[in-house]
Amino acid sequence: MKVQGLTIQENNMGLLSDPNRRRALISMLTRLNAPICVVCYMAGVAWFMGLAFEPFTLRTYMSENAMGSTMVEERFPAGERALATGREFAAHKKKVGGMPVDWLVKTMQSQGLEVFTQRFSRTLPFPDENKERYVVEGTNVYGILRAPRAPRTEALVLSAPCSPGNNNNQAVGLLLGLSQYFRNQIYWAKDIIFLVNEHDLIGMQAWLEGYHHTNTTGMDWSPLQGRGGSIQAALSLELSSDVITSLDLVLEGLNGQLPNLDLANLFYAFCQKIGVLCTIQGKLQRDDWDTASGYSHAVQTMMLMVLKQASGRPWGDHGLFLRYHIEAASIKGINSFRQYKTDATTIGRLLEGMFRKLNNLLERLHQSYFFYLMPSLSRFVSIGYYMPAFGLLAVILLLRALDLWVQLSALPSRTEDGIADIEQSGPGVLSVLTPLVISHLTGVALYTLPIRSQEMAVEHFPVFETEAVVLTAIAIYTAGLALPHNTHRLVSGEGTEQGWRVLKLVAVLYLAVLLGCTALINFSLGFILALTLVPLAAFITPHVPKLLSALFMVLLSPGCTLFFSIFFFQELQETPVNLQEGWVLFLSVISQGILDHSLYGSLVYPLVALLVYPCWLLFWNILFWK
Amino acid sequence: VCVCVCVCVCVCVCVCVWAVCAMCGCGRDDFQEELVIRPLHSGDIYASFQFRTVWDTDFMGGKKVSHYRLFPKSLGQVISKFSVRELHISFTQGYWRTMQWGQPFLPSPPGAELWVWFQDTVTDVDGTWKELTNVLSGIFCASLNFIDSTNTVQPSASFKPLGIGNVTDHRFLRYATLPREIVCTENLTPWKKLLPCGSKAGLAVLMKSEKLFHSSFHSQAVHIRPVCQDWQCKSTSWELRQTLNVVFDLHSSGQGKREWSLFKMFSRTLTEACPLASSSKIYIDVTDNPQGEQFELSPATPLLSQAVVLGDRRTYSVYDLTQQATFGSMRSLNMLLRWKSSDGECDMMRPLLHGERYVAGYGLQTGEIHTLMYNHHPYRAFPVLLLDTVPWYLRLYIHTLTVTSKGKDNKPSYIHYQPSKDRVRPHLLEMLVQLPPNSVTEVTVQFERALLKWTEYTPDPNHGFYVGSSVVSALVPSVVAMDTNSTQERPLFSSFFPSKEESSYFVRIYTEPLLVNLPTPDFSMPYNVICLTCTVVAVGYGSLYNLLTRTFQVEEPSPGLAKRLANIIRKMRGVPPL
Repeated sequence: MKVQGLTIQENNMGLLSDPNRRRALISMLTRLNAPICVVCYMAGVAWFMGLAFEPFTLRTYMSENAMGSTMVEERFPAGERALATGREFAAHKKKVGGMPVDWLVKTMQSQGLEVFTQRFSRTLPFPDENKERYVVEGTNVYGILRAPRAPRTEALVLSAPCSPGNNNNQAVGLLLGLSQYFRNQIYWAKDIIFLVNEHDLIGMQAWLEGYHHTNTTGMDWSPLQGRGGSIQAALSLELSSDVITSLDLVLEGLNGQLPNLDLANLFYAFCQKIGVLCTIQGKLQRDDWDTASGYSHAVQTMMLMVLKQASGRPWGDHGLFLRYHIEAASIKGINSFRQYKTDATTIGRLLEGMFRKLNNLLERLHQSYFFYLMPSLSRFVSIGYYMPAFGLLAVILLLRALDLWVQLSALPSRTEDGIADIEQSGPGVLSVLTPLVISHLTGVALYTLPIRSQEMAVEHFPVFETEAVVLTAIAIYTAGLALPHNTHRLVSGEGTEQGWRVLKLVAVLYLAVLLGCTALINFSLGFILALTLVPLAAFITPHVPKLLSALFMVLLSPGCTLFFSIFFFQELQETPVNLQEGWVLFLSVISQGILDHSLYGSLVYPLVALLVYPCWLLFWNILFWK
Repeated sequence: VCVCVCVCVCVCVCVCVWAVCAMCGCGRDDFQEELVIRPLHSGDIYASFQFRTVWDTDFMGGKKVSHYRLFPKSLGQVISKFSVRELHISFTQGYWRTMQWGQPFLPSPPGAELWVWFQDTVTDVDGTWKELTNVLSGIFCASLNFIDSTNTVQPSASFKPLGIGNVTDHRFLRYATLPREIVCTENLTPWKKLLPCGSKAGLAVLMKSEKLFHSSFHSQAVHIRPVCQDWQCKSTSWELRQTLNVVFDLHSSGQGKREWSLFKMFSRTLTEACPLASSSKIYIDVTDNPQGEQFELSPATPLLSQAVVLGDRRTYSVYDLTQQATFGSMRSLNMLLRWKSSDGECDMMRPLLHGERYVAGYGLQTGEIHTLMYNHHPYRAFPVLLLDTVPWYLRLYIHTLTVTSKGKDNKPSYIHYQPSKDRVRPHLLEMLVQLPPNSVTEVTVQFERALLKWTEYTPDPNHGFYVGSSVVSALVPSVVAMDTNSTQERPLFSSFFPSKEESSYFVRIYTEPLLVNLPTPDFSMPYNVICLTCTVVAVGYGSLYNLLTRTFQVEEPSPGLAKRLANIIRKMRGVPPL
């Protein structure tokens, strides 16, 4: 019996346990390494592009039973009145010159809600030039509609931002209209919180931190007086015109987190039911998938999602809810000059329907996917379908590592001298450790110095704080390119053949782990980084033509990836920019990235500065290995 | 006609029973019913029914009590069988909004609450408790059988007996809540059946479930306790109080019109008192309306009654249903209250004491429970007893317990903590905290979420797990005692020292229950997971293990097929192989 078991094992694993066959396999892998890598890369890219092809994707479907089969009727009648309230709100906003707190409190109270306010203040690390703010002080106002005979354990949130200028007045009006209408209904099983937040994301961050009594970003806020238990779902509404042509659904949240797919399904189902045009990434759905233009439309929609997700920033007020495991999405009303118009009553009915279905939930949304890409609102690509694309790229790194390992184990045998072997391995460790430490120190400098040294920069150079921060970051980033020379000064002796191989082996494995972890959390970011870093990691040696390769490496470095992504994103959004505008945009994106990190805890900037950039520097070191 | 016949039959039966009772020497019994209606600050209407049955009998004596008249037999048997000294059970749907409604007459937490004092003759308290909960579960059609050792505690100070007797050894006390219990008509029907008149006559005719459950708050309770028979207190009587509290939301049912009537609230009017009741009254709180400027009440009643309720002096209009005159010429009573000003302002009240609770933090590993207690009294500090019961699957880090008020550490003068045992008993935390005047006192404690075994999850694990309300009991200085510069006309000699019964009053408030998410596996995955892990173990681990533990030797290549065949033939021929 035992013998039989052993033979089966042998048959199964004969490939690896038989030294001859193992040798054959390894020699094949080393001999064909480059072609296999190229094929893998092509296959990965092709797989990814195939994800947008409709026959390969799945149609969305409602997984949650509590929302699927139950019927709700939408009866919200008071769209016009809501718009009038919105105009009143606008007038008060203008009069006060900010959030009309007293008016909002009074209005909500007269509707029979429990109304509370929260004050918050925050000084940004440096002025935000996009939104022109530095010291932010504001007030959030929220009213809680208590569900009858419910023990305050569950809540839903509807939020609308109080934006400067003439934006989003209609959203606040509709929110107040809905709260009045909801108050008179008896079927609520969960408390409903109507939140008007000032200073968009900063206010939302303050409110969420106050609600959950956490403080991750060092913001000052006054504690909340009223709560509704654990929040099950949230919708954020943005609406700036009386009539709209379509509604856009925004899903991408902080650090590329996405809400449960059922929330998107719910939105889509109600748009279909009520007959509202709905878009995702601002792109309508097309049914001519078999034509080239139809396919490219789907690719564009998906690429927009990938780019937005990779940026790691919240693309709407909903984005901050996701950290607290609250499924949330933003709904934006878009008024383009199409014929087809939708009035506020219809949007109110859509929201009413969504809230009634969310009210029916027995459990949190958990049935459907949390990891997905959407080439259109009715199609999705789940994690099981898109991960192979990344896997094909990641396997290149492993193959290269295997190749290097084999080369390394083959090298000492050639010398056939034990003493020389030991002597060689001594500087080997040091020659690997020094570049590792130095490049990571550069990463730490890139992470900390821009904000720390802004005052000094402003004193010595004729720049503003924001410019100072961004330019310092770029300067440190560029200074890192001079690193190989400095590294070698520290390392005694010349770099050896074996030395760079060990360093590259470490760097390749490091990159593989780094990208693998990133892709698990934020697929888009991991994939984009893999797309640019993997080819360079695979083919860089000290023996390639220096100048050409250096140019190639710089072009594929994380900073340039960001630069190209901006152009690509603008192109996809049908607002192409020229080089000048692109550069300005590039600078502002960097400052936004740093701000997102310090304001909301976005992880993209530290990830790039502390891990990805040092990893790239290691390869840069290999190229200039002496 | 039908009703008349009923009543006649009823009266006849009663007379007979009375005669029998008098013969067998059972104690005297008495039944009272009353309804208090209070227009609330927020514009809602609070209706509170109380039915009180007092019976001079001794369940604990050697004699078996077998004859019942007004007292429900099912409860009487429970008392004698399980040696119950005091029993309090409440079923509540909804949360009492102290900030909008003020204090309730009888507080209760959302869900079901049961606390029982047993006689000190009971030896196996836990066993008796287990049986008792199962019996009550049947009587009230509720899931009380889910009460077991994991949600039962023995509070040392918070729940003292409300009846007479001086045994306060908390070994004989059991307290449990089921925050998830949903209360509906199936619980109301058995509750109504305990009334002497059922829902056939008296105030109980108003209890139509479709109206009672179309409200903002619904709470029904049963309280049994021993009371003194007379002022000398030589012998005890048993008192059964059945209470039902409802808050009607006029906003959602009345389309903005602020008026109500008995018919509108209950879709019934009153025609008679319960014939078995010795007293049957309706009280309507008219304190806010002394001159009739706020609202108008019809039919008007000349009877007014004043009482200090929950530390506040209130005035009530009284309708005595035992008087025929109350029903007027229409032979039915339908009170109507109409507000004069139409718009309802509903800003918050500031009750002297209120509490709230929430879970802080994010993620599924740890969290923090915050309990806030507000003392809104402008100058008096008072102590409160806080009782927290937390299920074992939230592992409290008791070293992180902090009590702060006004930014300073507030040291509780008494702490009773009983740590939990996994799957056996919950955490129990009781403490006596002094609340400084005009302050918020915050009690925080961190916890870790435990991983349950897969069979321990509820069928809807992603809904979350409930943590019962914490209970704050206090003697609160009364509002009456607060106005030393009395605007009301009182004799000077009566108002220097605050009199004892008016100076403070007992309040028990319940905070919200909590809904906490625990780390939950994806239950739709077991098949996939089993397949995946088996594959990984078999292929991945197995082969790696094989490679790592085996020693490799170079072996002669096995002979080819031809050679093997040749060898077989050679073997058959008896020649040595090649």
